[in-house]
Amino acid sequence: MKTLEELRKIREKAQQDMKLRESNTRVKVVVGMGTSGIAMGARDVMKAILDEVSKRGLADVVVTQTGEKGLSSMEPVVDVIEEGKPVVTYGNMTPDKARRIVAEHIVNGRIVNDYVVAAQR
Amino acid sequence: MSINRTDVLLCCGSGCVSAGSLKVKEKMVEQLAKHGLTNEINIIETGCMGPCDYGPVMMVYPEGVFYKKVTPEDVPELVEEHFVKGRPLHRLMIQEGNKVIANKEDIPFYKKQVKVALENCGYINPEKIEEYIAVGGYEALGVALTEKTPQDAIDVIKKSGLRGRGGGGFPTGLKWQFVHDAEGSPKYVVCNGDEGDPGAFMDRSLLEGDPHRVLEGMMLAGYATGASEGFFYIRAEYPLAIRRIRNAIKQAREYGLIGKNIMGTEFCFDAEVRTGAGAFVCGEETALIKSIEGRRGQPIPKPPFPANRGLRENPTLVNNVETLGNIPTIFRKGAEWFAGMGIETSRGTKVFALTGDVKNTGLVEVPMGITLRELIYDVGGGMADGKKFKAVQLGGPSGGCLTEQHLDCSIDYETLKNLGAMVGSGGVIVMADNNCMVNVAKFFLEFSMEESCGKCTPCRVGLKMMHTILDRICQGKGQEGDVEELERLGETIKQTSLCGLGQTAPNPVLSTLRYFRHEYEEHLEKKSCSTCTCLNLMHFEIDKEKCIGCSLCARKCPVSCITGSREEKFTIAQDPCVKCGNCFEVCPVKAVQKLPGMAELTAVNSSFSSLYE
Repeated sequence: MKTLEELRKIREKAQQDMKLRESNTRVKVVVGMGTSGIAMGARDVMKAILDEVSKRGLADVVVTQTGEKGLSSMEPVVDVIEEGKPVVTYGNMTPDKARRIVAEHIVNGRIVNDYVVAAQR
Repeated sequence: MSINRTDVLLCCGSGCVSAGSLKVKEKMVEQLAKHGLTNEINIIETGCMGPCDYGPVMMVYPEGVFYKKVTPEDVPELVEEHFVKGRPLHRLMIQEGNKVIANKEDIPFYKKQVKVALENCGYINPEKIEEYIAVGGYEALGVALTEKTPQDAIDVIKKSGLRGRGGGGFPTGLKWQFVHDAEGSPKYVVCNGDEGDPGAFMDRSLLEGDPHRVLEGMMLAGYATGASEGFFYIRAEYPLAIRRIRNAIKQAREYGLIGKNIMGTEFCFDAEVRTGAGAFVCGEETALIKSIEGRRGQPIPKPPFPANRGLRENPTLVNNVETLGNIPTIFRKGAEWFAGMGIETSRGTKVFALTGDVKNTGLVEVPMGITLRELIYDVGGGMADGKKFKAVQLGGPSGGCLTEQHLDCSIDYETLKNLGAMVGSGGVIVMADNNCMVNVAKFFLEFSMEESCGKCTPCRVGLKMMHTILDRICQGKGQEGDVEELERLGETIKQTSLCGLGQTAPNPVLSTLRYFRHEYEEHLEKKSCSTCTCLNLMHFEIDKEKCIGCSLCARKCPVSCITGSREEKFTIAQDPCVKCGNCFEVCPVKAVQKLPGMAELTAVNSSFSSLYE
């Protein structure tokens, strides 16, 4: 490293790897991982979301999980939570559907109505 | 970019490591692999997070959940619940009453703390330079090298009001100026990491938790003073700190952050680690320099100060670990920001190692000028186990004990010094009312006596004389005039010793004489130790009302001095009693009591006379 600019570039890259520890996230994706969710393939759904988020380099998206959502018939269930917007719940997820949600909802801000179960404040 | 969804920050400061955090990590790795989560969950070993009492502790991001006292046995449940099912495990969170405190920010322990030197401690991986760079590391160095002259850099520190954090409290900017102005070359920077006071672990934690910060501080000091070589003098008892700082130097070299022409400027700097062999006196700067030179660690008279003639007779800057740890942040956030914290004469924050009979023992950083009460009751959470506060010892063997009446005094260099204690390096030992102050004074004096290098007579002989007197007072053999003699000796040693160790060694005795004189008098005149600590000035007795005659005490007594029967109950013969305390511990009905005062020696029971023959 020979200049301050180089240092700053390294910093930007390094910050990417530490984004989980910051609190300034724009979107939080919560995957229901109760027993029924897992049985219906929630883990694969989550892996697909993680993969898509990481491929697109979405620094401000956090993927996390929760327990049973109560919507067993619609599992796997995924919530997309954005600051100041209604919480959107998607049901009957598959890895492919999940990838579409990342692309359309999280990146472009268009809710994928086909899969929506509920939207609430 | 990795596929991580969770960062688990596991505290691997020495406190948590000894509480078993490495075993927790091992188990975590195993369990995560079992659930196929290895690629999603990243375990990061960090430096000390502070609340050592709760160790091993961990933080889970992005949720920001704080877990305490995690044992390897807890791990399978934790992984299953939190990492597989996403349900934070309430059982392992800090609870206040019935409320579970999930987030670190809400824990009372952290509320009054302001982290400057410890900013990244427990947040970043100390073994990865990238994480330090990510939180703004080496920016201050880059900016200073390219935009500031050395004199500008010194002026920043002068303006910040930073004073030496190792105990002396000498203005850091002024010290830098002296070295900058001194003639001679090459100049050196030495980082004093020879932290040896009982109960202190501030420097160790900083070196372990954020080594790059100290290295950056040293390089900034090197640039400002014109030094091109630095030494970390760290005691050999801190193997992890040594390993981490060596690793930091290696990584910085790989990135070209130390070496020749740093950041494309003229500035060249290199650093290396020297380990101390555990002599307390080597924390004194001239002795430390001798030790680095490979000579016997003994202080030499000042002046000349190290700033003019130090290492290899060249101008040398000696700064404490924490002092250097403050430097990068002062450059980054500005002198005004730093000077905005604290009070008139003492600016910024100070790291303290809070130990003793306090609920939240651990590593804390608070603004200067906070009161002792806030430190002990708000940050420390008050006395442990409902004990009653008696005294607080500040500054280790060079400091003194303060009492309840001082709780509202502010913590700053001048106030504490006037009260007979000192900020020192930052050890705070809180003591409950079961501590005998004469004994406490003896403990610290014994430490200084054993650590005296022996070069000058007042310290070598004087401390031994003081110790002899204290010892006989505790034995119940104190003589009239002993208290006055202690004072005379203490004052003489203070005035005539060569170095800081001798000049401050009598402080624990003098401060307890000042605030707990009645305890000394009680020991001397009544031959009684009211806390039942001094064995010769207390005795054990069995309360016949409570005794159920189970004979457990008699069976456990190593000298068979307890006799009796179920009907007559049991009694302790005082003469042969060695005061081991076994009977006190085993009694199922707490009939054995500790009583102050010497035992009344009655005629020796005939059955024990054989012991004396």
